[in-house]
Amino acid sequence: MTASAFPVPRLHIVTGKGGTGKTSVAAALALALAGTGRRVLLVEVEGRQGIAPLFEAPSLGYEERHLAAGLDGGEVFGQSVDADEALLDYLTMFYRLGSAGKVLQKFGAIDFATTIAPGLRDILLTGKLKEAVSRSESGRMTYDAVVLDAPPTGRVVKFLNVTVESGRLAKTGPIGKHSRSVARMLHSSLTAVHVVTTPGAMPVQETVDAYKELMAADLPVGRLVLNKVAGAKAVEVGAEAIRAGLERAGLNPDDALVSGLVEEYAAARTEIESVDAYRDRLEQLGRPVEELPLLPEGVDLSGLYQLAGELRPGVMGERRHV
Amino acid sequence: MSEIPALDVDALLGDENKHVIACCGSGGVGKTTTAAALALRAAEVHGRRTVVLTIDPARRLAQSLGVESLDNAPKAVTAARGGSLDAMMLDMKRTFDEVVASHTTPERAAEIFANPFYQAVSSTFSGTQEYMAMEKLGQLRATGEWDLIVLDTPPSRSALDFLDAPARLARLLDGRVIRLLSASTPGARRSMLSLMGASAAVFTRVFNKVLGGHLLTDVAEFTASLEDTFGGFRKRAEATFRALQDDQTSFLVIAAPEPAAVGEAVYFTRRLTEERMPLDGMILNRLTPVAADLTAERALGAAASLEEDDADDPVAAVLRTHADLARRRAAEERVAARYAAACPEVPQRWLPALGVEVVDLDDLRAFGAVAAGA
Repeated sequence: MTASAFPVPRLHIVTGKGGTGKTSVAAALALALAGTGRRVLLVEVEGRQGIAPLFEAPSLGYEERHLAAGLDGGEVFGQSVDADEALLDYLTMFYRLGSAGKVLQKFGAIDFATTIAPGLRDILLTGKLKEAVSRSESGRMTYDAVVLDAPPTGRVVKFLNVTVESGRLAKTGPIGKHSRSVARMLHSSLTAVHVVTTPGAMPVQETVDAYKELMAADLPVGRLVLNKVAGAKAVEVGAEAIRAGLERAGLNPDDALVSGLVEEYAAARTEIESVDAYRDRLEQLGRPVEELPLLPEGVDLSGLYQLAGELRPGVMGERRHV
Repeated sequence: MSEIPALDVDALLGDENKHVIACCGSGGVGKTTTAAALALRAAEVHGRRTVVLTIDPARRLAQSLGVESLDNAPKAVTAARGGSLDAMMLDMKRTFDEVVASHTTPERAAEIFANPFYQAVSSTFSGTQEYMAMEKLGQLRATGEWDLIVLDTPPSRSALDFLDAPARLARLLDGRVIRLLSASTPGARRSMLSLMGASAAVFTRVFNKVLGGHLLTDVAEFTASLEDTFGGFRKRAEATFRALQDDQTSFLVIAAPEPAAVGEAVYFTRRLTEERMPLDGMILNRLTPVAADLTAERALGAAASLEEDDADDPVAAVLRTHADLARRRAAEERVAARYAAACPEVPQRWLPALGVEVVDLDDLRAFGAVAAGA
């Protein structure tokens, strides 16, 4: 790819209301981005260990680790970034602490520092992301893309708005400089914040609110992902037709079974129809909307690749587009 | 789930010896809705004077409970039929301010409110919300105005935060690092410094640079003012915590049939047991409702045979919809079964997802009736 004034996003931040499946979507996006010869880093920041079980892998640590093969033979690496370790890292880098760092940790000083200055925690975490995005090895970028399983919509703007939050921290010195450079990247077109929702009134409303909040904070919104969309055909059918159909198929059409099926299908129809309304609502925001199917068996490793396959056209389109 | 003990929701709500029900669980499992529905049922069906303390309800639910304005005091839910239900939404900053104001002179309180570190801790520290929820619970209990307080817990990353955050806040405000800082402010004993020797010097120097010198000074001043106004946060936090261990309290773990939520529920249950907290049951929300009794395999087989004659047979679509629901439900039950395997002694109640979102008192009433099996 040639250099461009509008680079493709390389830092993908995935947020969403709790229960919408943002971790699965982040993982699937990482797989989709890991095309031939590409390397993608998938990061989580709140110690939730939500990523490892999806890949049927042991718990992630502070060290980056190979996690899975990407969709077309690329590679996905995983990492769980912890603020306390990041601070130690940071102090060691800038102050050559040596063994004093260990003593500070033992006395709870590291925990203390990140606790009294909540903004510091977020700067350290987003700082690690920036480091991963900008790192290069022998003339090429270490990672073609970095995907973050971010805090939920309610907290994400505060998390990403590091310059505002760092107002209380030292403005001079390395941390101030550091936070400004992190903020520049987060507000640039190198970054895309994707919001995951499910077809429901509350999560869709929260997505609309999050979109407005992100725009107000001048953070680049990427895609809106409508996740867990139940795929069913909308047909016109009544109890008598169902009874006759069951008989044709050799099933005993007792009343309980027929009324059960009628009830289930009516609910499913309502759901299918409401999905259109939710999609419209999201499309009005003017961002691309991706749709992902509800996997009846839950998301396991093969389900992740299936979701990645659904996301790939959008991802490829984005690359061609530039 | 034949051998798993069943949670009798009505027996719990009607138990006159229970004065607090705390609903705990990870985000997105329906904690607030469950808490509100249980409180409404306790008031209407069991005639108990009930108050529900919510943390961050969705807007429409807040409206129907009449708590959309943040006044940090319970207000009557007038639409409740019979019984007496009050509701309130926690304002953590205001609760913190009240705690400070009630323990010191107005002048001293004004000093504390003006301290930048106090402002940071009271509005942004990740444990403050949890601590203030406990504090408010203590305050409500002390009034004796209610027979039952139903508590919704903060939407933290982990249910464990509810138990851990107050202690963390206490540790922060009362810990050795603070004492170390106080010691390095003028006029304090020097012995603390020599105790840590070179590390303390490095600590102060480095952190002053990283955090800004003013922040450490603010912290030291703030804790000094707190120390002499009400004898340390740690004691207060410990007392609040202990109050949760008495048998007038009841914990309910709320979960949804997803691996992460069930995992959280298991961890939380273990912690409650370790801390000797009275756990009365687990409520599993949002199971996929299945109305027809037919296995997914047979439904798919029947759909395929219908499609051989007519690829667009509408009944085949109905059967495939059912097969999807049945498979979803089976997968959810496999996930939910992990809880019973890990915590076999905890009574459980499984609830289907309601077709509609719970937004008004009628919805809450219906939810409560389903929860109670009525």
